[in-house]
Formats: sequence, C-alpha cells, structure tokens
Amino acid sequence: MKTDTIAAVATAMSDSGIGIIRVSGEEAIEIVNRIYRSKSGRKSLCDVASHTINYGYIVDNSGNDIDEVMVSVMKSPNSYTTEDTVEINCHGGVFMVNRILETVIKNGARIAEPGEFTKRAFLNGRIDLSKAEAVIDIIHSKNQFALKNSVSQLKGSVSDTVCKLRDEIIYEIAFIESALDDPEHISLDGYRENLYEKVEDIIVKLKKLLDSADNSKMLKEGINTVIVGKPNAGKSSLLNLLVGEEKAIVTDIAGTTRDVLEESIRLHGISLNIIDTAGIRYTEDVVEKIGVERAKKYASDADLIIYVVDASVPLDESDYDIMSMISGKKLLILLNKTDLDEVVTEELLLYEMKNLDINSNMNNSQIIKTSTKDNIGIDLLEQAIKDMFFHGEILFNDEVFITNMRHKEAIMNAYKSMLQVKRSLEDDMPEDFYSIDLMSAYSSLGEIIGEEVEEDLVNEIFSKFCMGK
Amino acid sequence: MSGTYIREKVDVCVIGAGHAGCEAALACARLGLDTIIFTVSVDSIALMPCNPNIGGSSKGHLVREIDALGGEMGKNIDKTFIQSKMLNVSKGPAVHSLRAQADKAEYSRQMRKVLENQDHLIIRQAEICDLLVENNQIVGVKTFTGTVYECKAAILCTGTYLKSRCLCGESITYTGPNGLQSANYLTDSLKNLGIEMRRFKTGTPARMDKRSLDFTKMEEQFGDEKVVPFSFFTNPEDVQINQVSCWLTYTNKNTHEIIKANLDRSPIYAGIIEGTGPRYCPSIEDKVVKFSDKERHQVFIEPEGLHTNEMYVGGMSSSLPEDIQLAMYRTVPGLENCRIVRNAYAIEYDCINPRQLLPTLEFKSIKGLFSAGQFNGSSGYEEAAAQGLIAGINAALSIQNKEQIIIDRSEAYIGVLIDDLVTKDNLEPYRMMTSRAEYRLILRQDNADLRLREKGYKAGLISKEVYEATLYKRELIDKEVLRLKNTVVGASKEVQEFLISKGSSTLKTGTNMSELICRPELSYEIVSEIDVNRKPLPDDVVEQVGIEIKYEGYISRQMKQVEQFKKMEKKRIPPDLDYNDIKSLRLEARQKLISYKPVSVGQASRISGVSPADVSVLLVYLEQFNKQHK
Repeated sequence: MKTDTIAAVATAMSDSGIGIIRVSGEEAIEIVNRIYRSKSGRKSLCDVASHTINYGYIVDNSGNDIDEVMVSVMKSPNSYTTEDTVEINCHGGVFMVNRILETVIKNGARIAEPGEFTKRAFLNGRIDLSKAEAVIDIIHSKNQFALKNSVSQLKGSVSDTVCKLRDEIIYEIAFIESALDDPEHISLDGYRENLYEKVEDIIVKLKKLLDSADNSKMLKEGINTVIVGKPNAGKSSLLNLLVGEEKAIVTDIAGTTRDVLEESIRLHGISLNIIDTAGIRYTEDVVEKIGVERAKKYASDADLIIYVVDASVPLDESDYDIMSMISGKKLLILLNKTDLDEVVTEELLLYEMKNLDINSNMNNSQIIKTSTKDNIGIDLLEQAIKDMFFHGEILFNDEVFITNMRHKEAIMNAYKSMLQVKRSLEDDMPEDFYSIDLMSAYSSLGEIIGEEVEEDLVNEIFSKFCMGK
Repeated sequence: MSGTYIREKVDVCVIGAGHAGCEAALACARLGLDTIIFTVSVDSIALMPCNPNIGGSSKGHLVREIDALGGEMGKNIDKTFIQSKMLNVSKGPAVHSLRAQADKAEYSRQMRKVLENQDHLIIRQAEICDLLVENNQIVGVKTFTGTVYECKAAILCTGTYLKSRCLCGESITYTGPNGLQSANYLTDSLKNLGIEMRRFKTGTPARMDKRSLDFTKMEEQFGDEKVVPFSFFTNPEDVQINQVSCWLTYTNKNTHEIIKANLDRSPIYAGIIEGTGPRYCPSIEDKVVKFSDKERHQVFIEPEGLHTNEMYVGGMSSSLPEDIQLAMYRTVPGLENCRIVRNAYAIEYDCINPRQLLPTLEFKSIKGLFSAGQFNGSSGYEEAAAQGLIAGINAALSIQNKEQIIIDRSEAYIGVLIDDLVTKDNLEPYRMMTSRAEYRLILRQDNADLRLREKGYKAGLISKEVYEATLYKRELIDKEVLRLKNTVVGASKEVQEFLISKGSSTLKTGTNMSELICRPELSYEIVSEIDVNRKPLPDDVVEQVGIEIKYEGYISRQMKQVEQFKKMEKKRIPPDLDYNDIKSLRLEARQKLISYKPVSVGQASRISGVSPADVSVLLVYLEQFNKQHK
C-alpha cells in the first residue's frame, strides 16, 4: 500500500462557482504550505490547529498569486482518509481548479488513482464494510475509463515522440546491462562520453515535450459531440455556424465532406469537441466509404450526437441506418432546412423512431427546427446543449483532464530521472547506478502510452546484444 | 518395473544428485532428518557437464547467498578452484561478481566426500520411476527395481535427465549429459499426478585435447593477483594458490561461412529439436545467424581441471554434426590442428512449468513434494544449488512443523530467482542476471552475510556463534557510519590543503566526514588522513562502511522502495480465496489469479495480466474478507 501524498479535484470538473482540491498523506500539509500565502504573509499551515479554515492565496513557484482561497486543514486521524488532509476551496472553473492541482503536483504530491481517497479511507478502517463493494466498483469503473481513454485519445505526435524516446532509452539500458552481465564479451570502454551526449539530447527532447504539454493539451478535452446525418443534410454548415468561421467546405453536392473534421469550441463555458462526419449513405466511392466507416466509429464513441435531418426530403434507408447507429446515445435532432417545404415533421420522426424502438423516451424538446442556411434555430440548439449539461444529462469528461495531468506528471518524472542520470555521469557514478534512473525514465514514459515494462529489457538485451558462453 | 518388494522408511527422498540435489540433501540431513539421495550414477554427484566455472555476473551473488544461508557450494569451489577473478571491478560494488574456474573432477569428488560423511544422509544409486501420493500428500517413491522408500517429503532435482536426448547433427542418442543414463519413467508418473510438463533444451561446446592447441595464437587470461574466496567461512589465506590460465581467441569469416553453409544440418534449424533453448546462451550457429553483422565472436579456451588435458571451448556450443564441428573449430586461430575429445551437443529434457510451485518450492497441489534446479526450468549450477538449498530447508521445516521460509525479491538474488520462476511466464531456461534484480544496489555479493545469516540461523543451518558474529559486524558498521556522519570537518588550513592535494574543491563552511567521502574523488580510505579519531576496523567492516556512505543517496532510495514493496508482500492471500467472488476483477486477471494462486498481493501484482486496478480491487476485497473472517 502506498502512503505517499495524493491530490485530486474533489468537486465535479465543471464550470461551477467553487472548486475543491483535496490533498491527503503524510506530507499533505507541508506541500500545500509551500504554495500557500496567508493574508499577513506570516501564517504557516504547519502551525495551525486541526479543523481550521484559513484564508489566503495559492501562489505559483515564482510567488505570483494563482487564486484567492480558503484552506481547511484536517490532521490525522480525524479526516476522511485518516491521514493528514488539506482541502483547498478555490474559485471554480476548470482552468483555475486545474492550475491549482498542477501546482500541488509540482510541489510533491501525486495525482490520486481513481477511487484512491475512498480506498485509503477504507483500508485505514475509516468507512465501514458495507461500502467495500462500492469502493471496488469505483476503482473498477474509473479504471476502465482511464484505460480506454488514456491511450486511444493520445495525440499521434505525442505518442510517436514518447515511443521514440523510450526506444532510445531502453537501447542504452540494454547495452549497459548486457555489459554488466557479460563483461568479458561486451565492454563499456569509452561509453560514458557517448551516453552523455545522448542523455543531453533526450533531456532536450523531454523538455520540449514538457513545454508543449504545458501549452496545449495532449488529449482532446471536452464533450465529444458528433454531427451525423445523410449527405447534404447541412452538417458542415452547422459546424461552421457553431465554430463561427468557414472550416468545412460547404457545397450543394452531396458527399462533399469525405473525412472527419474536428473543432473545439466553448459554448456558455462548456467545452465541446465538435466532430463533423461524412454523410452516411451507401456508396461505391472508396474514399467516401472510408469516411462513412469513420463516422460510424466516432458516433459510437460520442458523448453527444447531433443528428441533422434534411426535413425537405422524405426519410429513406440511410436515415433508418443512422437511427439504428445512434440508438442509446445522448441525442439532439435537428430538422434542418426549414427554409424549404417541410416533408419530415417532428411527429413523423418520433413515430418512426418508436417503430424502430430507438430512444423510445425521446421527446419534443430534443428535436429542434433549424435552417443552417439562414442561421435560424442555432441559438435553440445551443440552449438545449447547455440545459443537458447543467441537468447532468451529458457529463463533462473530467477524467480526460486528470489523464492530461497524469501524462504531464509522467513526462516530468522522466525528465527528472534523466537529469539525475546526467548528474551521476558528471559525478562519475558507476553504470549500475544511473541505469536505475534510465529505467525510471523509461517506465515513466511507459505510463503515458500504457505499456508495461516487464520483459522489455530482457528482450532488448537478447535481441540487440550477443551474449554469452 | 519389477523386482523384490522392499520397503524402507526415511524422512526425505532427494531425487538427483546434481548441484540442486546435493544442497537439498545436505540441508535436510544437517537439520537432523533422515535423508536419502538418489542418483542414476554415484560417479556423477555434483557433475559439471557444461562450463568449468562457478560464479560469474549475478551467479557469484547466488553462491555467496547460498553460503550465507549455510549451503555448501561456496566452500566446495574454494577447495577446488584453479583460477579466480572478481568481475566488473571497474563498475559499481553491486555488480562486482566472483567467478572461478573449477577443477571439475575435484569439485565433484569433494562434494561427494562431503555427502558421504554427512550424518543422516545415505547415497543410493537408483532410478526413481514413480511418486507415491495419498490424499495430496507425498508418501513415498519407487525405484526401477521396485523398492519403495516411504518418506514425508521428496525433492525433485532431476536436472536434464528426464527423457533426455542428445543431438549432434543427425546423430541422436537417448541419454543424459556425458552419455549418462537418462530417466525415462518419472515424467509419466508426474503427468499422472496432474503436473504440467514442458520441454527445454540447452547445449554445450566441444572439449579438446590441450596438446593439439597452439596457445601462441591466443591471448592469455590470468586470474586475480589477490583471490577473494566465495565462502565467508574460508580463510582468505587459503585461497592464494598458483592459478592456471585461460585463453582467448576469436572466430572469423571462414568459421561463419562454414556454419552458414551447413545450417540445414543443424537439428535446430532443421526443426528436429522440440525444446526451447535459452537466448542468453546461444549456440555459435545462433550467434552467426542472429548477429550476422558481427565479424568475429570471442572464444574462451578453459582448462577442465589440473589432471586432464581436456579444454572447454567457451562460446562455441553447437549441435552441428561432427564433421562440420571439426571443420568450423579448425578455422579458429590456435585450433587449426585441434583434436576433439568430446563433441559439442544439444540436449533436450523434460521439466515443469514452475508456476505450479509455491515460493517455498513446494508443489501447490501436492503436500511434501518439492522441486529445484533445471527441473524447475532454470539453467546453471548456481541457480540449481540456490533452489536446492531452499527446497531442502523448507522440506525439513515442513516435516518439523515449522514455518517455511520465503526469501523475497528485496532480500536476495535467490528471492528474485524463485519469484521469477513461480510468478512469471518463463518460456526458456531461466538464467540469473543482475538486471532482473530491481533492488540490486542492496543485494550485493559483499553483504550477503549481513542480509541472510539471520535466515540461515533461524532455519538451523547457521550456528549461534556465526550469527552473533554477523550481528557484531553490523553493529561495528552502523557505529562507524554514525561516527562519520557526526564528525564535523572545519575549513581549517590542514583540511583545505588536504583537499587541494586530492584535487577536491576546498570547503566554504564546515561539513561532516561522510559528506566528504561522497565526493567522487575521495573515499573512506582517502580521508583517513584528516579523520583523526578513526580506530582500526576489520577489512570487511571497512568495505561496508565505504559503500554505505559513498552510495547512500541511491541506496536509501532503494530502501524506501523496498519498504513499499514489503507492505504488499505482507498482505497474504488465503489459499482458499475464491476469486470468482470478486466481481470487479477483469476476466483475464481473474483467470490468471485462479491458475497462479499467488501467496501475497505483492506476488499477484507481478503476474502479467493483473493490472494495478485489479490489485486495488483485490486489496479492498481482502480487507473486507479478513474483517469478516476474524
């Protein structure tokens, strides 16, 4: 059981008014104290009594204020986890909450595993037996999610860089280890200088990765909103309206959007990751076919689907196809092209969907009449999304934020390990010492792409270096 | 199987008298149990059928650990070595490793002498064909001639003898190593008991007549000037002997061409061999094929003993046919006119999937049945001996109704070895390597006594006097380390001059002695000049003090990791835990856990396919389970 200090956002990661960051573990008070400044500038959290609330500021490492906060300190054993626990009440908003969490992490805490606070509370005897099953379920479900998302949502360029760096590092470890295991066949003469250069190079690359991780997110955040519909229903026009610029090419020719377009927007403070897909229809065109396949895949992973129906033409096979594809999903339907004669009515659509036994609890409020051509009804759509979000019907994907931070933490750890290797080389430490730090860097990076270390090293040694008797 | 019906009664039956069998039998007998050791040939006790060395990188650690626990291998090689080297001395202390050339015949003879003179131990030449099991408890073994030996525990140390066959090109003989009789019946008995068997292979190079070799074309390899003994019991004076040399030469293009041209006659490349061979110990064919960009490979010519002309050709094991072998060997400088005494060959044998064992080396499914060595899928004399010792100790402890010992990964290479065998998927003969030990900075060969004497003493193989001497050594080390940490060094003129003379930067403020020792250019020995209060200490204490201070940063980091590790190892899993009850385990993890039956959460976490989330689920479930079953 790990007893190091963990931190996480205790409130939902939304744009609500107040956010709470919870920190628990042996060093919780010390860590928060490092980034806390009282109003007078003199009070230390280490000296305050248990169960007190302390007004002040959270500051970054250069001493600049991040936010005005209330910090509650609960000393062991009188806290939820029975460990020293600090809760930082800050102004809400995803950005602020994240920045504070990040600062806590940078100062020595680790991001909590899913359900870890509750796990600790349980293992420390704080919560009773009847909750054990619930604890197990939390760990299980959150992990299922994290597992699925941390790898699949990683941006290609990040995962490429991470993989390349890992390959470089494991090669060096394997070389050192094979020389340690078989000194009579493999010599390390002159190797240090060679390694020193490589280490410096890796450090530069990690730094770059770290900087880019600070500036942009490695994962796509926000609610995955997928626009689907038949060709030429007006999906791309909708995207352009939502984004506010001409991102998608709009023509009268059905099948213009052949691949998937993605845009991030903020709507009333809610992050949406809008994905415009190729129109779905039976097609012989190879390129278009791929687009259709992708559209189906995106739809299956979506948090919210906006189904654009061309209300000026009768429903056909393609529509039924789409309806079965989006069955069971959170859904908004646009009856588009109200500027033309209405062929498909709300009643007709609801009737057809009930017949197909799709989303049978659909109601009128989820169907919106629009004209993307004349920009009519888009405000209603935005309002509908906002309502769904604040009624908790669609969930803000806070795990993605956490995963993002976890990745950053992992790169930071790899970076620190490589700096340690460099220092050890400068101090003339033996190979078997710094190979440990090389290995730490390697496994930290592995956390990002979700790979286990296990047999990698042994395999690398045997495949790259000729050993033995 | 027939013969007269005889029954005898002993406590422990050890099957096989190789390096595992010898340690197992000695441990049991020394712990006071009536023990019988079976071998297909009494002349092959402690035989070294492959390389003529004991030790080497990480294997040297194993020998030291065996010694610290009260085993025999270290003492035996100290009595019979003909050359010795400490490897990796230019690298960190954790990877220093002893390796000695053995006089093979002498090694075998000495070990036999120890066995023959051990109280409670009987040597018996016989092939065991059957294990007798009642109610999942071993009750006896049966020989080929029909005799039944009733016992309370049995230890399988069959090495490479089970259904073994040797391959040399197209020629196949159904024998064990060196033409010794193979054991052809036991496999079926084991299978009938539900034990899962597999087939591994390994190989050995040719032996040559020394008179036919031209050593002027090779580089001479000497032993160390000052030899360090393997055993903590050996007086270092006794090992300063006249050593023999080994010789280094190389393969070349011609060698490789001959091999490549004849690969179709290699039983491995022709697909005749079924067993899986080790990647760390490739045949010369493998090296040439897999590392085709290498222009030459090293060949070490090593004497097999003082009273024989046979020389071992290290680096060129092969299963090519005899004519190709001769042609290939003769391309190597110094070997142009070589005469082969024994051909190189590959050997295939039956062994088990070791995940059927507990970390005590007892079978999970059969009480009192233990196993060790190549039978468990490992390779190497040292790996075998280490397991033999643990299996022997635990067989004895189980009969005495005492708690068996488990050595964990943070305590010894032996722990890493056994944990890897019983927890991971081993698809080839397992060899110890330093990279397998995650806490290797604290698992050094120099501190094996400090790490393991207590375990040996508790098991009963280490005397009280020896154990107390170790405790005293620990005390001396701790006191000296503390003294150095508390010894303040001021920026006096004398100190500054000393630092300048050693090429070290001068002090701006006062510091302590241990900080100075940590500087790359200084050491415990070097600072003695300014360490006025230092009292003389034994060499082995000085060595420990130097290491513990110099590398304290790294060592204490590993100690912290070990603490975390220990917590998980201490969370025991009841053997009857029903994993089907734990709803949230992923299917893969559930299946793995059911088939591996790990003894602790720590072990569970190392099974491939068990994720950290599964471990969390397991932890919470166990907590609940334990509370309910209090």
